[in-house]
Amino acid sequence: MLYATPVGSVLLTMIVGAIIFSIIGYNGLNAVYQVFVAPLAQPYKWPDVALKASPLILIGVGLAAGNRAAIWNIGAEGQYIVGALGGVGVGILTLNQHGLWILPVMVLAGLAGGAIWGAIPALLKTRFNVNETLSSLMMTYVAIHLMNYLVTGPWKNRKGFSYPQTPPLTDDQLMPTLIPGTTVHWGILITLLIAVGMWLVMTRSLFGFQVRVVGSAPNAARHGGFSQRQTVWLVFLLSGALAGLAGIFEVTGPYGQMTLGFPQNYGFTAIIVAFLGRLNPLGIILAGIVMAITYVGGDMAQSAAQLPNASKGIFQAMVLFFLLASDILIRYRVRVVSSAPVAPAASPVRSAAE
Amino acid sequence: MSIEYIIAVFITVVGASTPILLAGLGELVTEKSGVLNLGVEGMMLVGAIAGFATMDLTGSPWLAVVVAAAAGAAVSMIFAVLTLSLSANQVATGLALTIFGTGLSTLIGQGFTGHGIPTFGTFFPEALANDRFGRVLFSYSPLVYFSFIMVGLVAWFLARTRPGLILRAVGDNDLSAHSIGYSVIGVRYAAVAFGGAMAGIGGAYFPLVLTPQWSEGLTGGRGWIAIALVVFSGWRPVWILAGAYFFGLLGTFELYAKASGASWTSILPSEAWAALPYLATVLVLAAISVSKSAGGNAPASLGKPFVPST
Repeated sequence: MLYATPVGSVLLTMIVGAIIFSIIGYNGLNAVYQVFVAPLAQPYKWPDVALKASPLILIGVGLAAGNRAAIWNIGAEGQYIVGALGGVGVGILTLNQHGLWILPVMVLAGLAGGAIWGAIPALLKTRFNVNETLSSLMMTYVAIHLMNYLVTGPWKNRKGFSYPQTPPLTDDQLMPTLIPGTTVHWGILITLLIAVGMWLVMTRSLFGFQVRVVGSAPNAARHGGFSQRQTVWLVFLLSGALAGLAGIFEVTGPYGQMTLGFPQNYGFTAIIVAFLGRLNPLGIILAGIVMAITYVGGDMAQSAAQLPNASKGIFQAMVLFFLLASDILIRYRVRVVSSAPVAPAASPVRSAAE
Repeated sequence: MSIEYIIAVFITVVGASTPILLAGLGELVTEKSGVLNLGVEGMMLVGAIAGFATMDLTGSPWLAVVVAAAAGAAVSMIFAVLTLSLSANQVATGLALTIFGTGLSTLIGQGFTGHGIPTFGTFFPEALANDRFGRVLFSYSPLVYFSFIMVGLVAWFLARTRPGLILRAVGDNDLSAHSIGYSVIGVRYAAVAFGGAMAGIGGAYFPLVLTPQWSEGLTGGRGWIAIALVVFSGWRPVWILAGAYFFGLLGTFELYAKASGASWTSILPSEAWAALPYLATVLVLAAISVSKSAGGNAPASLGKPFVPST
């Protein structure tokens, strides 16, 4: 049941989506086909799917570690942006230099940028007991405005006419492609390795155990000597760094420079991905691919089914709605109670499954 | 700085403050019942397109406001069913509601691109509304006066009425409220619906009063400002009014800093003015936690699902 409900909710979204879009006057079947199936049916779209899945998976595995510990980092979008900014900052300083060392330094700056932005809610939580959900959300918007300022101001490309964008990154600064002739770059392979590594860490290491105990049995964790404070720091630094890494992969990969359109809500969609993947890094790889399909399919549906691009959000949200609704089936066992005259109600009775 | 200039600035501030005040009041009541709904931006956008469409089709601004409120409340029920009846995670559901509302409003709005609607202006006589000084008081849309009335009503309801007391009890200690016989889930459904309706009206303020054309993502992230506002106010209605006008002032400075390089608002880049509400909210969060006394207004059960059987 734990792994059946994500599949079920995607299927249910396709069925209900087809019905809804038919009712409001679109070709519903075609819309669902374009959004969910077409990107898979056409192999030339696969690199696009991989490209979109990569940041979702990378951010998602980090967030999942936090959610396991019942620590809510919903500011991954901001950590993603600041990570990219950190890398681009190094890039702007090294525009006229050459060498293999430049890209690794940019990647390190990206990791650091994301971790620093994640450290802010962690510091506020551990020092002042500030609700990390709210503070990490607020810091996301600070990050967006910081990015807007840098891209339209000090970091703006002087040679780029009046476009608000940073100078294009040089060949020494761009992520090399992994599969020649496609947009698939090395970052995607690193993402997969990290996701598998995170699976090992979460299932086999003391850290993974600590995170799960702190999340599911805080009192036992305290008794066992696991520090809540330390867990908050570890989780935020880890998820922040991974979001920052996603940012630097994105800006040194498909974007090649910072623009105002850089934030694509990957940080928020990754929260859906983490849930859909059941907080399991291997599940998150699959969930990331499914969500990436809706991104690519949403673009395709724009021309093929005249759907506005934002309507992919309806599908993405529906997947999560159905998943969260079906979670009740995991936490509770539905029992049909016979409607004997003495029974006060004939509705299914909730009873704890565990 | 002439008095006319100050009046003109003030009128701009009112325009920027009213939608976040309306949505913030709704979210305040929702959070006071112990529910954190991060779907405000989505509910505002659904309200905005519902209001725009109604105005475009019927020409009645009052009906548009009612439909916007109903639409906001209706989408908030998705959130309510999931988080209250099925005890799903509130953070994830709220975020999904925002994604959903953004997509839905864009989809519906596609059919209204390029349409223009009349502005929902003042109901006072023109002589008053256009007067040099009279316009400070009389030039606004009825929604502005409505927002002030709602501040008073919400403050009175929460502090002075029995249902308000029950709502606060549910938000502070759901198990105790449940054990003395109050319907925790029922109260929270009502609070979420109220939050949705107010967000819908706040969203409709944009097409009805500020920009008479539909454009994608019309509310421009004001739903998140409204969530910040509730925290910034320390969960107190009268402070929401002050906070909304403070944030509205910062938003106006942002516009001025963007528009002209000459005025004193350009001591900070426009992006810094835009980021200030969020930074201020983080500082307030920290300050509340340091001085425990001020944090007494934060609902103790905020964001925690209520499961009576355990």
